[in-house]
Amino acid sequence: MRFYEYESKALFRRHGMPLGEGQIVNSTAEARAAAEAIGGPIVVKSQVLSGGRMKAGAVQFADTPDEAAAKYDFVLPIEVGGETARSVLVEAKSPVAHEYFVSVTWDGRRKLPVLLFSDMGGIDIEEVAETHPEHLSRTHFSTILPLSERIAKEAISSVGVSGGDLNRLVPIVYRLMQVFLQYDLTLAEINPVAKLEDGSFIVLDGHVDMEAEARGDHKKLLAELGIGEDETRQARPPTEFELEGARLNAVDHRGVAGNVVEFDGNLGLIIGAGGGSLTLFDAVRKHGGKPANYCEIGGNPSVGKACNLTKLILGKPGVEKIAVMMNVVSNTRVDIVARGVIKGCLEAGKDPSKVITIFRIPGAWEDEGFKILEKYGVEYCDRSVSMYEAAGRAVAKL
Amino acid sequence: MSIFITKDTTFIIQGITGREAVNLTRENLDYGAKIIGGVTPGRRGRDVYGVPVYDSVKQIAEAHGTPDGSIVSVPPRFTRDAVFEALENGIKLIVVVTENIPRGQVAQMVELANLRGARIIGPNCLGIISPDEAKMGGMGGPAANTRQAYTKGPVGVMSRSGGMTTEIASTLTAAGLGQSTCVSIGGDAIVGTTYAELMPYFEADSETKAIAIYSEPGGRMEAELAEWVKAHNSRLPIVAFMAGRFMDEMKGMRFGHAGTIVEGKEDTTSEKIERMEAAGISVAERIEEIPDLLRKRMTEAS
Repeated sequence: MRFYEYESKALFRRHGMPLGEGQIVNSTAEARAAAEAIGGPIVVKSQVLSGGRMKAGAVQFADTPDEAAAKYDFVLPIEVGGETARSVLVEAKSPVAHEYFVSVTWDGRRKLPVLLFSDMGGIDIEEVAETHPEHLSRTHFSTILPLSERIAKEAISSVGVSGGDLNRLVPIVYRLMQVFLQYDLTLAEINPVAKLEDGSFIVLDGHVDMEAEARGDHKKLLAELGIGEDETRQARPPTEFELEGARLNAVDHRGVAGNVVEFDGNLGLIIGAGGGSLTLFDAVRKHGGKPANYCEIGGNPSVGKACNLTKLILGKPGVEKIAVMMNVVSNTRVDIVARGVIKGCLEAGKDPSKVITIFRIPGAWEDEGFKILEKYGVEYCDRSVSMYEAAGRAVAKL
Repeated sequence: MSIFITKDTTFIIQGITGREAVNLTRENLDYGAKIIGGVTPGRRGRDVYGVPVYDSVKQIAEAHGTPDGSIVSVPPRFTRDAVFEALENGIKLIVVVTENIPRGQVAQMVELANLRGARIIGPNCLGIISPDEAKMGGMGGPAANTRQAYTKGPVGVMSRSGGMTTEIASTLTAAGLGQSTCVSIGGDAIVGTTYAELMPYFEADSETKAIAIYSEPGGRMEAELAEWVKAHNSRLPIVAFMAGRFMDEMKGMRFGHAGTIVEGKEDTTSEKIERMEAAGISVAERIEEIPDLLRKRMTEAS
């Protein structure tokens, strides 16, 4: 779950990291007023979640309040990775002497957080890693020993930074590590940390990602930063269809019949579980099928949940038929899913035997499930028909 | 033989009175597990299908001796504490079933486990099964269903998906290929034990003749496995199945498990397939191709 730059900076500011003067604005008049209040040269930055703002022209410079206002109007409609500005950040333009890069993330192989530091900030760090590896340090640190400034010192000094610069950088980097652990972040990055001409250091640009699983533990922070509970902050905002899927999945706590993602095909998919859904979605596409959605069933959802999911998918414009498929299930009851799906078809005014192309959920309680399907004339199969083959049968019926 | 568990392995269930844990207890007992106790604070003196419930791991260890393993099935906010409790009481094999644990806490569990010389499987997994020996976790569901899908034999299975472990085992069984041990390693971005970390155990197990893996987008686990295979000149042929190929074009979107997201190029299925094939791992397009590929590779190897 990604934070906008202004949210990341608000978080940094709370933790005593040095930042330039700036204001978030939502109108031309506000942009002009902010520039007046700051006085002097200004940076006008579009607030988007995607990278590549500078290249897209969504970061602009201005010398006067009138110019800042004009630049506000200029950056507002610019698309960055298909996304336009949520709001605009107006900041003082600082006289920069040198730029540094610092980032904290997880290393899934070492299973530890890793601190990346470079004295070649402001540019793409992948490029630094490739062309100037000696200018990038990677320092892993413990999650059970008390966090200490030593780690920051080692990371910074190992690319050759010493003297006053080292001692001024240590507290900034140390605080970034603290913020990373305290708020269950998956990424905390400042690029660049700038040394200004007067020798002081400030955070010029930064961003953080919070782990979705940890949102519940940080409700207070998220509310204070103005991040809504319904904001998923994925690569694209959720559609109405997806939000409705999440709402229906939350009606009771038994199992999952949700995680709906919208696509624009004609075959509705009621599939599961986590790995099974990925496998089946691929299989449908491999057969030339056009999925209307992705979803996941698992953990033995109630009849009501399976019914609601079925109705949601059948009600999606363009959906002609549905396929109900899972891997061999361990703890999801086949008969309960069968009952839910058939109930959903009937409540949507559809004939289950016509609208369900195939039902392939083998496993616990399958005999009971198959009896129900037989009664309604739905084509079903057991584990002797592979997931791939079942997907093929579904696609062939369209 | 098998890896990690045998008929004689003793274990406990932390959170034993929870709805899912009660089912796990039944299913594992029916499959022959030696569950010597369960923990739910405040419930000492009760029992779950005859398994005595205690307030702490320490009480179980005092009453019955230190168990070999523990299944942790407690809500996410209590999981780290439960795992620490198991580790500090000398338990060396911990299966963490719980999902939705922030990775910072998973990292802490793994770090302490490393210090204590213990191994964590999971989180967000269905555990371990060695067919006809024992099972420790939810793999395969009720014992009757488990026996239908899993049979004893030469194939070791490692999977990032619990459900797909059963699908693969069931496919192998139908083709007459049994399994030595199947490990559901968990679907999170950080897991206690990766493919590469399991390989030395399978290498050392004379019963295991080949490996099947289920894999997904996200993370570096497949790259790590490819490196391990190259560096160790492994005797075991490996066949991998890669799901979620459609995700290569959907950067930043999370599907399936928590660890399943394409952020950089290395997370894509195409890059993972390339790395694995370069290390001599066969990559199947469909699940049903796995048995034939394994047979072919085992014949070549022998």
